[in-house]
Parts: sequence; C-alpha cells; structure tokens
Amino acid sequence: MQLSRDDLREAYTTMKRIRVFEERMRTEFQKGEMPGFVHLYCGQEAIATGVCMHLSNTDNIGSTHRGHGHCIAKGCDVKDMALEIYCREDGLCKGKGGSMHIADLSKGMLGANAIVGGSPPLAVGAALAAKTLKNKAVAVAFIGDGASNQGTVFEAMNLAVVLKLPVIFVYENNGYAEFTGIDYHCGAVDITTRSSGFGMPAVKVDGTDFFAVHDVMREAVERARSGDGPTSIECEALRWYGHYEGDPQAYRSKTEVKEIKANKDPLEIFKQKVLEKELMENVEFEEINSLIEKEVDDAIKLALNSPLPPLSSLEENVYESY
Amino acid sequence: MTKMTLREAITDAMRVEMRLDPNVILLGEDVAGGRGGSGGEGEKSGGVMGLTAGLYTEFGAERIIDTPISESAIMGAAAGASLTGLRPIAELMFADFFGVCFDQIYNQAAKFRYMFGNQKGAPMVIRTMIGAGVGAGPQHSQAVYPIFAHIPGLKVVVPTTPYDAKGLLIQAIRDNDPVIFCEHKMLFAEEGEVPDEAYTIEFGKARVVCEGNDVTVVGIGRMALLAEKAAVILSKEGISVEVIDPRTLSPFDMDTVLDSIEKTGRLAVVDESTPICSYASEIASIAASEAFSSLRAPICKITAPHTPVPAAPNLEAAYVPSVERIVAEVRKISNYKSKI
Repeated sequence: MQLSRDDLREAYTTMKRIRVFEERMRTEFQKGEMPGFVHLYCGQEAIATGVCMHLSNTDNIGSTHRGHGHCIAKGCDVKDMALEIYCREDGLCKGKGGSMHIADLSKGMLGANAIVGGSPPLAVGAALAAKTLKNKAVAVAFIGDGASNQGTVFEAMNLAVVLKLPVIFVYENNGYAEFTGIDYHCGAVDITTRSSGFGMPAVKVDGTDFFAVHDVMREAVERARSGDGPTSIECEALRWYGHYEGDPQAYRSKTEVKEIKANKDPLEIFKQKVLEKELMENVEFEEINSLIEKEVDDAIKLALNSPLPPLSSLEENVYESY
Repeated sequence: MTKMTLREAITDAMRVEMRLDPNVILLGEDVAGGRGGSGGEGEKSGGVMGLTAGLYTEFGAERIIDTPISESAIMGAAAGASLTGLRPIAELMFADFFGVCFDQIYNQAAKFRYMFGNQKGAPMVIRTMIGAGVGAGPQHSQAVYPIFAHIPGLKVVVPTTPYDAKGLLIQAIRDNDPVIFCEHKMLFAEEGEVPDEAYTIEFGKARVVCEGNDVTVVGIGRMALLAEKAAVILSKEGISVEVIDPRTLSPFDMDTVLDSIEKTGRLAVVDESTPICSYASEIASIAASEAFSSLRAPICKITAPHTPVPAAPNLEAAYVPSVERIVAEVRKISNYKSKI
C-alpha cells in the first residue's frame, strides 16, 4: 500500500459519494419524478475510484450508460450531475443529455454513452490527440462485459495497439449484459484472454478491492504515459441492482445479491483493510459519511427546485453556426 | 492561380491547411500509401484514388496516419480526438462504408454539441467518395448524402468544381462541427483554375452556374455539371435555364432557389441519389410550400430509381440521370400548360 492518509480519505470519500448518490437516485427514481432511466453503479465503486485516482483533468475517460460512478470519480460536481439527471436548465449538459449522456469536458469526462460499445473508439481518439499533442495525457475507456462483444471495442483495441496509444481499456465485468449472464454471452474463456489476443498486456483483478484496482492501474498509466501503449484491465464486481432501476431481475438468483452485499461490498472491504492496518479511524469514516449524506441531499434538493430548460433552448446548440 | 484537377484541389486544400494548422491530422485506410508489408514506394501512391499523394512525405507518420480497415475506430478516433484538441480529417474510402461505422458519426460526433449542452462540438471532417459511373456496383457507387443531411449536427458538402472543392474543404476543416465532405469519383479529373493560397467558401451559399428565365434546375454535385450541359442544348431551343449548384446540402441555400423560382416559375431538381426521402424531395417540398404562388408547372424530380446501383454498364448508365433525360424533362415542364 503506497497510499498516504489523504489518498485513503479521498478514495473512501469518492466511493461513499458514489454509493450514497446512487442509493439516493434509486429511491428518488422510484418516486417517478426523474425523466428517462437510471443505471446504478452500486457494487462497482472501487473500479471507478481506483482507476480515476490516477488521472487528472487533462486525462480523458469515455464512459458507459452506467456512468454516474465514473463522473463522480472523475471529479464532476454532484450538484451539476443531479441537475442534469433531472434534466434541469443548469445541468452539466443544460438538460439535453440526462443520465445516460452526462459529460464534463473540463474534467476530462467525455460523456456517459448510451450506445453499448460507443465510447472505446472515442477514448482511442483522445489518446491519439494526447500522443499527437505530446501532452502526456492518457485516456481510459470504461467497457461493460456486455460491450465486450461489440465490434467497436475490437476495432478500438487493435487500433490502439497498432498506433501504440496511451489508452487503458477498463472492463467492468459486472456479470450481466443487460439480462444475460457472462457465462452465456462471452464465447471466449474470459474477456482478458481476448484482450491479450490483441497484443497488449491484459490483467484481471477483483473489482471490489480498491487496492487491487489501484495497483494495476498505476502500472497501466505508467506504461501509457511512457509511450509503451495500451493495457487492458478486467475488473470483476457484480452489480447490486438491475440493468436499469426497476428491472425485476428475474434472471438472477435471490441469494446472489444478498451474498455480495454481505461479503463483497467494496466500501466495507476497504474499511476493514484500512482499520486493520490502523491507517484511518472509525470516527473519520463516520465524519465522511455524514458530510456525503448532506452533500447528496443538498444536490437532490437543488435539482428538484430548479427549472427545466426554457423552450427557447429546444433548437439551440445543434451547431455552432448554421 | 493554377490549373488543376478536382483531385489535386482536394490534396492541395489538405496540404495548405495542414501547413497552417499543426492540429490538423489525416487518418484513414492507406492515406499514407500503405505501411508495413515488404515496402516499396507506397507513400507516393496517395491511397486508392491518389488523393493524399505527397502528404506523408511532407507531414510524416504522426499526422498522416494509416489505419487498419476499421471504419468505426477511424470515425470514433477522429471524433474523440476532435473533442480533445485536434482537427482530424477522417477518410471514409467509399461513402457506402458508412454502414459499418454510422454509430460513431450520427450517435456520437453529430450529437456532442447538443447532447453536452454546447460544451464543444466535434471539429472533424469525413472525406468520402460517392457516385456511380465506374461500374463498381451496389456497394461502392451510391450517392448517400441524404442520409447524412438527415442528421441534425452534421454538415454536408457536395462540391462540383476544383475551385469549390478546395475552398469548401478548407472551410470544412476550420468548421467547429462535423462535416461530411462528399467527393464524386467521376469529378476527380475535372479541371479548373484554383488559387494557390488558402481560401474558404461559406457553407449554405449556392453557386448560380448559369442564369436563365424559364426553368430553374438545381443540380446536386456532379448533376450540376450535367444540368449545365443540358442548359446549353435547351438554349438552342429557346428555353432559358438557370442552373443552381447548392454546393452544400446541410446547410442548404433555399433562398437562392426560391429567388430563382420567383423569376422562372418552374423547378427541376437533378439528384443522383435514390428518390424516396431524398434531397430532391426535400427541395421539392420546400419549394411547394414556400413558392406555391410562383409555380407555373409541377415540380420535376430527376433522380436515380429506387434500386441499388447496378454494375452492368448499360444499367448503370440508365440509373444515373443523363443530359438527355434532363433535357427531355425540362422541356416537358417548360411546355406545361395549366388546365385551370
């Protein structure tokens, strides 16, 4: 563990922020006031956090439809996010994007992406820009296990290897492609074997263990920044909720979620490790928890009390000029 | 000014703009002439149509990037790079290949500006080859620009002359939104005078190819050239034809077309693409609603049939609107007498 006390506090704060935000999204969604769908990130918090702690605002990420966790880990403000998820005028995308298209280019967050497999080519493009501009930035493509079967991902991986681009492909294997299990939908032995077939280092880690993710990501980022090309990291962490909120999840056993919540909670795993080594104290966790609860509550209240975009904005911003 | 072909004008546009702006890159299949293999003088070839000849030698592998045959990765990489500091030109060898990469174009690049609340658009150009005429058959010959013009967020350019090709391509590269630049393969050898320096032509400004008083003919892309030839023939019969080359379909300069209809009272649209939900239909529908009181004859659509492009030379020749067909159709509306 090469992390400072501040790093550890930051890691826990981010994971907790994601957890509380998503749990709140869940209950708020059930009230029926939120437009569209939400795809919750609970259970996968250690992945976004372990990955994005290595990145700065000049590094870019391409995200997925399950993108709230990536946004938070990349530094997006939860108020701006809540405003966007409720499609309010002051949201990150002025209410035009919603949950599945949140982007904050100032933070290097190139957008959640409602097309499965949509963002890996874009992340490769960001890596190409970094290489051309010689600014030492890296790019990360978050990819679900479902997207692992999309041709765009294969094309993006091959191009990244051919051009030796500073990009890291982070597979979030949460066990399900929408309703369909990975044991059925992946024809290969596993996703990692496929990635290594493209000619890049490919590793698999426990995606519920922040430290495991953080460690492999450090190496991948070093490789990318020093011009040695892409890496694939497969992080295994089952999602706690359905494909979308409201999904009855008839395709998974009733005990599965109970078991992972009890034994594979990324926040609890982190806490135990840190407490065992006496790197943080219980009271610090509690302090963070209450700060986050308030922060998220304030964000939701602000969103609910903010106006929808004006009708005059309907035809705005299709082009810069036309 | 230098006399050059449309092919050379396109190469020249990329060359002068890449000299001016170090953030312009070009990526696509064989744009550097083909890397790898057993070597040779590949880079001199300039790709399948010779459009990038000399660029690799001048700008090197960092800016003239040969890619695998992976159109989604090419379009997506251009889109991602355009969000993060570059102005990429991505080559889609034949426009027909949009079928394997359309998501990156219309769901990603085209939507960035709107979907992200105007944080940024995608300043990228997709240069792509269109058109029938060489017997390449159903998957290498289509004029698919209406599909792109249908998409909010994309701009669509269809140049006809070498002068327009250079000026419009430089404008496309400098534009802050994604532009589909359609190059008709039967126009590559067309010659014309082209300024040596960089210059731009504003989008949404049609070119009046020749003035006339009896019939307005809008010819899209290569069809403007055929319409001009038809106008010469018709003038000998005493029919005065005004030919308009729109140059860009999105945005489209309807004002110039409407002004012309006000004068002529008759409209024909010549379009090499298929007729259903086409750009010809779009022009006809706007003319019908906006110039209703000026029209003295039915609007005439001269298009390809609702079929794929056939490979057989005789069928292909019948597929593409011809000078003879334009002459015959324009004559018809010129002689039209209202029964009212």
